[in-house]
Amino acid sequence: MNDMPMVRFENVSKRYGALTVLDNLNLDIGRGEKVSIIGPSGSGKTTVLRMLMTLEAINDGVLWVDGEPMTHMMQNGKLVPATTKHIRRIRAKIGMVFQSFNLFPHMTAMGNCIEAPITVLGLKRSEAEERAAELLDMVGLSAKKDHYPSQLSGGQQQRVAIARALAMRPKIMLFDEVTSALDPELVGEVLQVIRKIGREHDLTMLMVTHQMGFAKEFSDRVCFFYQGKICEQGSPAEIFGNPKNERTRQFLNAVLEAG
Amino acid sequence: MWDWTFTFEILPVLARAAIMTVEATALGFVIAATLGLVLASIRLAFPVAGVVVTVLVELIRSTPLLIQIFFLYFVLPKAGIVLDAFTAGVAAIGIHYAAYCSEVYRAGFENVPRGQWEASIALNLSPWNTFKDIILPQALPPVVPALGNYLIALFKETPLLSAIAVLELMQTAKNIGSETFRYTEPVTLVGVFFLVMSLVSAGIIRMLESWLQRR
Amino acid sequence: MWIRMLTAMLAGTLLLIALLSANAEYRLFMPGLLEGAVLTVEITLLGAVLAVFMALIAALAKLYGPLPIRWLSTTYIEIFRGTSALVQLFWLYFVLPQFGVFLDAFVVAVLALGLNIGAYGAEVVRGAIVSVARGQWEASIALNMSKAQMLRRIILPQAFTAMIPPWGNLFIELVKSTSLVSLITLADLTFKAQQMNQSTLKTVPVFTLVLLMYLAISLTVTIGMRLLEQRASRGLTRGRVA
Repeated sequence: MNDMPMVRFENVSKRYGALTVLDNLNLDIGRGEKVSIIGPSGSGKTTVLRMLMTLEAINDGVLWVDGEPMTHMMQNGKLVPATTKHIRRIRAKIGMVFQSFNLFPHMTAMGNCIEAPITVLGLKRSEAEERAAELLDMVGLSAKKDHYPSQLSGGQQQRVAIARALAMRPKIMLFDEVTSALDPELVGEVLQVIRKIGREHDLTMLMVTHQMGFAKEFSDRVCFFYQGKICEQGSPAEIFGNPKNERTRQFLNAVLEAG
Repeated sequence: MWDWTFTFEILPVLARAAIMTVEATALGFVIAATLGLVLASIRLAFPVAGVVVTVLVELIRSTPLLIQIFFLYFVLPKAGIVLDAFTAGVAAIGIHYAAYCSEVYRAGFENVPRGQWEASIALNLSPWNTFKDIILPQALPPVVPALGNYLIALFKETPLLSAIAVLELMQTAKNIGSETFRYTEPVTLVGVFFLVMSLVSAGIIRMLESWLQRR
Repeated sequence: MWIRMLTAMLAGTLLLIALLSANAEYRLFMPGLLEGAVLTVEITLLGAVLAVFMALIAALAKLYGPLPIRWLSTTYIEIFRGTSALVQLFWLYFVLPQFGVFLDAFVVAVLALGLNIGAYGAEVVRGAIVSVARGQWEASIALNMSKAQMLRRIILPQAFTAMIPPWGNLFIELVKSTSLVSLITLADLTFKAQQMNQSTLKTVPVFTLVLLMYLAISLTVTIGMRLLEQRASRGLTRGRVA
């Protein structure tokens, strides 16, 4: 089982009516691997994360997580569509951080971080608080634990969101353009936290990002998406240093010129 | 349980009463829509008098329509104004909903951007012309659906007129009931009539709304 | 600011009632009317409890129930919003007995008004739930909550704040529609007024007092809901960083 990748997209397609967002995607992500997904808007890159988080249903193919099918389950040796119970069991391995934070506005930073550990994992409040305090400390927000989201800056909210996701002890973390909604001066503090958890936690990480510098320095592999397909993938050195595909070159030139 | 012969017997009687109900609705709404606009305009033009209007509107909206119907029907004669039941009842309904409509118009006025007033001042238009030619034409169309919803609400309150023995639908159904000791058919038919009319009018308002949005 | 003005209005109303009842012509009616007012308040309170209960059930059923349940709830909402409260009251009062169901007039009153306001409330609840930002649902899914957990812990608490003002209006409608129960022989405020008016013909004092009493009840409800609103929105907007 351990020779299976952490995440496998097997012939996965996603369509909205006549529009094909992802076209027969095949992608493996290894244990502990850190993969950045880049590409122009509308290339389907965010959809990859949203399907993995079960926020979008897939139309074709099978999604595997940690050696088990997530969108389907084995029954009498055949793959059948998964039940809610099965999906929830597999989904427990995945955490996600959103572009727009999506913190719960009626709960404090601490409240946000202990809610799901208590209701979903069944932790005792004291245990959950202890763990949440450690995580808030790691993202540098111990002092803000009793603040409501509306009292925090965007960067602080996003760091709470990261702590909240980690509190569920996922094996896989998804980052969906987590710095896109931030003022430029706040981007650094969030990236700093992501670097830190990359170092200190044994996590498989998958991120959609526009921060090319960060993708280059942080990831093991970079995937360039174009029109619902992986157009080119490879090590950051290959993709940024010597892109083989014309589309990749055009995209990187456009991004670097704007940046 | 349900007697169809009886149903067909009372249907013409109820149909005649339904005309009375529709008349009361139409007249009541004319009063509500006009008086409501007057109240909202007073509020807009004379802030001082507006306070009185605000209190009045609050007073009307905070007390039962039934009491207001009784009030007009029983109290006005003491002041020498004798109204027949239909007139008193329709007037009460009209005034009650004028209070609601005035709030609708007020929202309509508030939604016209300030810049429209300022541009009119810059063009040296008189306040009256500004109101009539610039503000009203912009304020009214968006509030038509909201007024329509109050028309339906008003329609559904006309059975209250039965309390002062106006021979509208409800009173007629009750009379049939007390004469024949059969309430099931007349009261249910009245319910069905209101349900159908409300659903149809709600549909019309939705169409109107989407038409206004596309415009 | 608004609350202060409303409180001033309430104080004024109560003061006016007190001043008027110093006059013997008015004082005469006070005990009877107060008795009626008690019944009005009782029906309002019980009706409100039933309305909130029905609204929650119907809204959740319409949003998340299986198809037959969804239809059932839509039918309930449309029927009770589409016919008038008085028709519903008469139907329960006059027609149910013909089917062998005999209910006390008081029970009929609470049922009819609670079901009526509940149907309007269902749309309020549904609207408030739907208006909670999509991201809140998505974050709850990402935290692997069950549907029930999301609703109870994340969505409803946020929808609650949005629901308070429209519920305030509905409760006022409820107070006002309690006057209809006088037409099925319940001795509420309106019934007492009618009765006293017919027996004494002192129309002006009777109806003036009754109007003021309804006003006092309505204002109390409005002030209560405004306070609740202030309280509920505090957590969401406290010290917002600009």
